[in-house]
Parts: sequence; C-alpha cells; structure tokens
Amino acid sequence: MMTTIDIPNFRMSPVVDQVGVEERVARFTTRSIKKSSKLQALKLALNMIDLTTLEGKDTSGKVKQMCYKAAHMCDQLQDIPTVAAVCVYPNHVRTAKTALTGTGIKVASVATAFPSGNTTREVKLSDVRFAVDEGADEIDMVISRGEFLEGNYSFVFDEISSIKEVCGSSRLKVILETGELSTLDNIRRASDIAIYAGADFIKTSTGKIQPAATMPVTLVMLQAIKDYYYKTGKIVGMKPAGGISSSKLAIHYLVMVHETLGDKWLTNEWFRFGASSLANDILMQIAKEKYGTYQGKDYFSND
Amino acid sequence: MSRIEVLKTYKIYIGGQFPRTESGRYYSLTNKKNEPIANVSLSSRKDFRNAVVAARSAFGGWSSRAAFNRGQILYRVAEMMEGRKDQFVKELILQGSTKKSAEAEVTMAIDRLVYYSGWCDKYMQVFGTVNPVASSHFNFSVPEPTGVVAIIAPEESSLLGLISVVAPCIAGGNTCVVLSSNSKPLCSVTFAEVLATSDVPGGVVNIITGISSELYTHFSNHMDVNAVIYCRENSEEKKIIAQNSSLNVKRTFFWTKDWLKSESENPYLMLDLQEIKTTWHPIENIGIAGAKY
Repeated sequence: MMTTIDIPNFRMSPVVDQVGVEERVARFTTRSIKKSSKLQALKLALNMIDLTTLEGKDTSGKVKQMCYKAAHMCDQLQDIPTVAAVCVYPNHVRTAKTALTGTGIKVASVATAFPSGNTTREVKLSDVRFAVDEGADEIDMVISRGEFLEGNYSFVFDEISSIKEVCGSSRLKVILETGELSTLDNIRRASDIAIYAGADFIKTSTGKIQPAATMPVTLVMLQAIKDYYYKTGKIVGMKPAGGISSSKLAIHYLVMVHETLGDKWLTNEWFRFGASSLANDILMQIAKEKYGTYQGKDYFSND
Repeated sequence: MSRIEVLKTYKIYIGGQFPRTESGRYYSLTNKKNEPIANVSLSSRKDFRNAVVAARSAFGGWSSRAAFNRGQILYRVAEMMEGRKDQFVKELILQGSTKKSAEAEVTMAIDRLVYYSGWCDKYMQVFGTVNPVASSHFNFSVPEPTGVVAIIAPEESSLLGLISVVAPCIAGGNTCVVLSSNSKPLCSVTFAEVLATSDVPGGVVNIITGISSELYTHFSNHMDVNAVIYCRENSEEKKIIAQNSSLNVKRTFFWTKDWLKSESENPYLMLDLQEIKTTWHPIENIGIAGAKY
C-alpha cells in the first residue's frame, strides 16, 4: 500500500537550543569505553568509513591504490573489517568499481558540480546520471546553499527530489555543507528539507569548507532524523564528513548516535564517516590493543 | 595583615602548553628538613603518548628550519635563562645544592646552550663528506636528524644534565620528549617556561615529570620514537630498554657522564642522533656553456 507523507512547512522547522546542544554534546565525550568494548567500537568505526579522495590531482593510479587499501586495510592485523565504501569523483567511478569487484565494498560518487553546486539543474542531473551509469552505488550530492540562504526552500526541495529520481536504485546522500549555513536553526531546516525530499542519508560537509563536521552540528541532524523516524517509521542515515581524524573522536560520534538514535543506526547501512586519515588512526589503535605498544605512522600505508 | 604565600604549581610541558597530568596524580617534594616545597605531576603513559604526538608534529617544521635559525633560537634560550638565573639557583638550593655549586651549575648550563647554539650551523660541515667515487658523479654524505628522541634525563644533575642532553638533540634538528629528574624536578619545569618564552616552537621539547620505573618501557617500545637516551644507572631498566628498542630499531644510548666536565659537551653527541644520508649527483657537461665565438 502506498503511504503518503505530508510535507511540512519548512519555515516552521523546530528551532534549536544552541547552549543545550553544546551541553548535551559535552556529555557524550565523557563515556568510558575501554578494552574489549573499545576494540569493538574501533572495528565498527572502521567498517563505517567512506574512504575518500576528492582532489583535483586524483589519478586512476591513486584511485586504484586507495581501493586496494580499502580491501586490505592492514593485512597483518587479522580479523578486522574493510571500510564501507570508497568515495570518488564521477570520472573515477568506473576505475574504482573495477578495482573493488568481489570485495563487497561500495562505490560512492560525489556529483552535482561538487563541491560548490553552482550550476544549472540540467548539468547536475546529467552529472548524476553519468555517475550512476558508471556504476556508482551511492551518490553524494550538494544542495544549493545560495538558494537555501535566500529562503528559496522549494527550489532546494525540488532539486533534491529530481536528483533522487535520477539515482534509481543508487542511494542518495545529501550534503548540506553546514559550514556555510551559519546557524543550527538553518542546519535543522536544511536537514528537514533533505529528508522529506527523499534523501537516504544526510551528510554534513564536502570537506572543502571549514568548519566541517562538528559534534553539535551532527547532533542537530540526528535529531531531525529521529523526529522523522517517529513520524513515519522510516530510517534515514547520517554521514558526518571532514575533520574527524582521531579514533577517540570517532568513538564519541558512535556514542552520540547510539544515545540519540539507538542500535538500529550502528551499522554502515545507516551511519558513515567521510574521512581519509581516520582509517590509519583506527588501525594504529587496534594495533596498540593487539601488540600493547603505541604505534607510529611509519608502519602503516598511506592510503 | 600577614600574607599567605602563593606556591607555584609545577606542571608538565607538552606541545607548548602547560597541562596537568592526564592521570591527575601528583607527588610531594620536601626539603632536607622534611618541609613541603611543591607538588609535582606524576605523569602517566598517556602523557608520554600525547607528548610523542606533539613532538612528531613539531618535527617537520623544526628539522627543516635553516640551521642558522636553530642556532639563533638556542642562543635565545640561553639569553632567557640568563635573565632567570636567580630563580634557577634558588630552586637548586631548595633541592639540596649549596649556593656555590648551584651558581656553578646554572652558569655552566647557560654556557652549554651557547656552545650547542654555535654548533647548529657547523656540524654539517664537520660530519658531512664529499666522497671520491670512480664515476662521473658528485657523491655527498650528509647528516640528517633522526626524528623524535625519548630522553630519560639524569637523576642527580637535574638542570645541567637535562640541558646537556636536550641541547645536542634539538640543535641537530630532532624533537624530544624528556622525563626529568624525579627527586629534583623543579628546574626542569622552570626550564620549560624558559623554552615557552624563547621562540622554540611548541612540541620541539616536551618535558614530563614522574618516575622512570613507570615510564621507561613506554619510552623504549613506542613505535613512533626514533631514538632513546637513558642517563641513569639502573641496569635492569637499561636491559629492558635495549630489548624494547629492537622493536623498531631505535637508536639507543646510555649516556652516563659527569656533566660538569667540559669533555661532556661535544658535537659527537649531536652526531649520535643523526642519520647519514648519501646522495649521488651526476656531473653534467653542459652543452651550452662557454663562449660561442
């Protein structure tokens, strides 16, 4: 049976208590997670990473190398998972897809004139279509922040839903670029728009703008996901990206997800980290747990 | 009205900051009459770990600085110490030195910094070589800093000994994490304050206070440490350090010297913490050179 969901008036999105959010976030960082539960958390975080290379200087060699790393994180440490996906530009999707055949690792592609998103609807749609045709399992789009800040919410909504349509069976992650939205109220509103327009995931940042992912921003987005889940019973995923480079911080994020949304989200189907240097830090921590000695970067491959 | 004296809190020095130990532990120091002098941080392995991270991130910038500039900075440290001479003397006396020996130790420590400051832009010429080879190549061997050095500083010579080990280490472009004397830690923290105000970038020298028996295994088995220097006498600790260092082939040195002697300052201590790198450079006949008429 078809269910219909009423689209709310986004101007009436809940307002956010900034001080409250910051206090709540500060408490997530005080949980004591040691020994075997820490190891478990590290492995889970590793398995949630979208290993990412999004640079102008990317070559197919670099992409292949990263894909190899994704499938063989650190062979001397047995019993560790692979990452969830690799994230590349559309022109490298085919290379990544071929390199990852048989590994079960997904290929995500940024599209829609990433990272600025400043182009016509037509170009964005063809960008997405190209990435999907090349074999991308997931599409990371950016919203039009300019239109959003001008208050043109229906433009943003329509854009997301038209891109969702082109995605077909590929999952859509919507990047809000929270570093450009200035307030938590705006971030909540943009999250609501993206969720109602059909996002499978909402994602904080492109990684090209500072500040990128922060815990308060992520908490606000998680709350939007929670409200939507209570209202409709549908799960939307979350992907903080950029600036999460230590295992400790990654574990704080997992605590936040667990205490805000619950166990259902503690899988890479619904939660991801967009990161590149985080992977090595997690490997170093796992090696520390295994060998008992603090590790150095010299002994781990640069992606 | 009588005034209550404000006692100084001796904190540790990591990455240019003065945090308290992560563990929250401390130990109390007393003078000869068993009166309390100060509470000092009892650092844990996590403080050491944080210090290594700071030292590692400072290494790139410090090692690629012009040698002459490193010399200027070391000289600046000496200048700043000169200005706080009285404080160092007072602290040494508090910890049991006579006035005369305290004064001698402080001046010698300052002079030692000046000595190594001079070597900063000279050791390369002395230890580097141009090697004769049987082909048309220039062949150079040049010293390059080894990286992050973990130092367990002398227990007795708490100021002069500390500086005698740290100075050759950083003069050669290395960064370091130092465990200061356990029974006489005051001067090391004051020295950290001198460093913090004398153009030495944060993280180049990190000083923690605590006990060797808790920390020496971590000093020697941390995989991101490139060399370890141990300046004490405990033979059991020496043995374990030598064993652990094999994990990632750390350069390992046991420096037990009489630091008051002038032989104890020499550029060979700098050389111990250098890697010799050899490069081959082809000698080209440049076709376009010379007059064309």
